[in-house]
Amino acid sequence: MLDTSRLRDLAINESGFAFDPTTGHTYNLNVTGLFILHALKDGTELERIVAGLSETFDTDPESDLTRDVGEFARQLREQGLLR
Amino acid sequence: MTSVVTETISVTGMNANDNPGPGVGVARAVRLDPHFKGKIIGLGYDALDPGFYMANLLDGGGVLPYPSNGSDAFLGRMRTLQHQFGIRALIPTLDSELRAVVALERDLEYEGIGTFLPSLEAIERVSKPQLPALGKAASVRIPASESIQSTDGIPRIVKRFGLPVVVKGVYYGATIVESEASAIAAFRHFEATWGVPVIVQEHVAGDEYNVCALGDGFGNMIGAVAMRKLVLTDKGKGWAGVTVANPLLLALAERIIAALKWRGPMEVEVMMTGRGESLDDLAVIEINPRFPAWVFLTAAAGQNLPSMCARLALGLPVPDKLPPYTAGRMFVRIALDQIADVAAFGQLSATGIMISSINNTAL
Repeated sequence: MLDTSRLRDLAINESGFAFDPTTGHTYNLNVTGLFILHALKDGTELERIVAGLSETFDTDPESDLTRDVGEFARQLREQGLLR
Repeated sequence: MTSVVTETISVTGMNANDNPGPGVGVARAVRLDPHFKGKIIGLGYDALDPGFYMANLLDGGGVLPYPSNGSDAFLGRMRTLQHQFGIRALIPTLDSELRAVVALERDLEYEGIGTFLPSLEAIERVSKPQLPALGKAASVRIPASESIQSTDGIPRIVKRFGLPVVVKGVYYGATIVESEASAIAAFRHFEATWGVPVIVQEHVAGDEYNVCALGDGFGNMIGAVAMRKLVLTDKGKGWAGVTVANPLLLALAERIIAALKWRGPMEVEVMMTGRGESLDDLAVIEINPRFPAWVFLTAAAGQNLPSMCARLALGLPVPDKLPPYTAGRMFVRIALDQIADVAAFGQLSATGIMISSINNTAL
C-alpha cells in the first residue's frame, strides 16, 4: 500500500502547477502527470492508474506506459512525496 | 480584543539597497497592522537611504551617527529625535548597531524609549564563532566549523571537512570554495573586510530555508514564519521566497529560542538535507539576532512579528502564541525608482531630520 499522505498536502491547480507547502518546492505537470497525481491522491494503485491512462489516452498499456508510470512514481519517491 | 497603538515608534535600517536593511520591511509590517494608529520614524545612516523616500511609509526620519562614533553620540542623537518626534520605542534592525543599542537599553528607557532586545550574552551565543557550542546546548545540528586567526590552519581544516568548505566573515558574508588556495584567498578577503576570526564551516548540501521568529524572553516563541528562498542575488540574498508550513523548521526555531530564553526577533538560516523528515536533517548554518530584510512576508502571511515587537517595546501586551500563518505566500522583491521631492533630501542632509512625510502616491 502506497503512503500518499504527503501528496494529499500538495496544492495543485488545473493547469498542472503544484506547490508543496512543506518544502516550498514547485512542480509543473503535463496532462498525464496530472492524471497520475490525482489518481494517486485518490488512493488508486499503480496498475489501475496504468489501465486508466490507457483507456483515457487510448494507449496500449503494454507499450511504454507501465514503465513511464513506474518512472513517475520513482520521481515522486525521490522527492519524498510518495512512500 | 487587541488594543490600539497611538504611540510613535522608530525603526532603523532604511538602507533598502541591493543588500537591503530590514527597516523598510519592519515599518511596512507595522503600518499594515490595522490597530496601529501611531507614527513611524525611519532611522538610517545616510540621507540617501532609500527607505526615507518610500511613499506612505514614514511620518518622519532621522540620520544617525555611525556606531563607530561611540554610544554617547548615538544616545545624544536619539535624545534629539525623541524631543522632535516623541519617540516611545526603538526597533534596531542592523547587526552593526545591535550591541551598541543593547548596551544603551537602560539609558534609552530613561529617555522614555522602550526596546525589546536580547541580552548581550545571548547575542554572543548566536555569533558565528559560538554557534557550535549553542548547537550542543540546544541539541541542534550545526555544521562542523572552526574559527581561525590565520591561514595556517586551512590545510588541516580542509583535510578534516573535505572540499568544498564555506569561509565566512565574522560579521557578514560567506563564500563556498572548492580548493585550499581559494579558501586562503577568501580568508584574506574576510580578514581585510571584517577582521579575524574568520570561520571555516563544513559545507552542507541541501535546500536553504529561513525562519523569522520572535521570542518573549522567557523561553516562549510568540510566533515564527518559515520561508524557502526562490531566487538569490549574487550576494546570496533572497530576491524572492515563499512561506512553507513545515513543523520541523518551527520546532527547530522554538528549540533555539527556548535554550537562549531569546527576547526579541531572530532569523535562523537552515539547510535541509536528505528528505527533511527529522530534526537531524536540519542544519543551522547561521542565526541573526534581528529581523531579516524579508520580514514583511511574515505580516503578509498572517503573523505580524514586527508589530508584535513594537508592542512589546512599548510595554504593551501581546498574545502568548500567534495563530498559524498561511503557506504559499510569496514575496518578489522589486527594484523601482521612487520619485521624491528634493526638499525631503534637503531636510535630511541639512539637519539630519525629515519632518514631513512623503505622500507621493501618484508617483
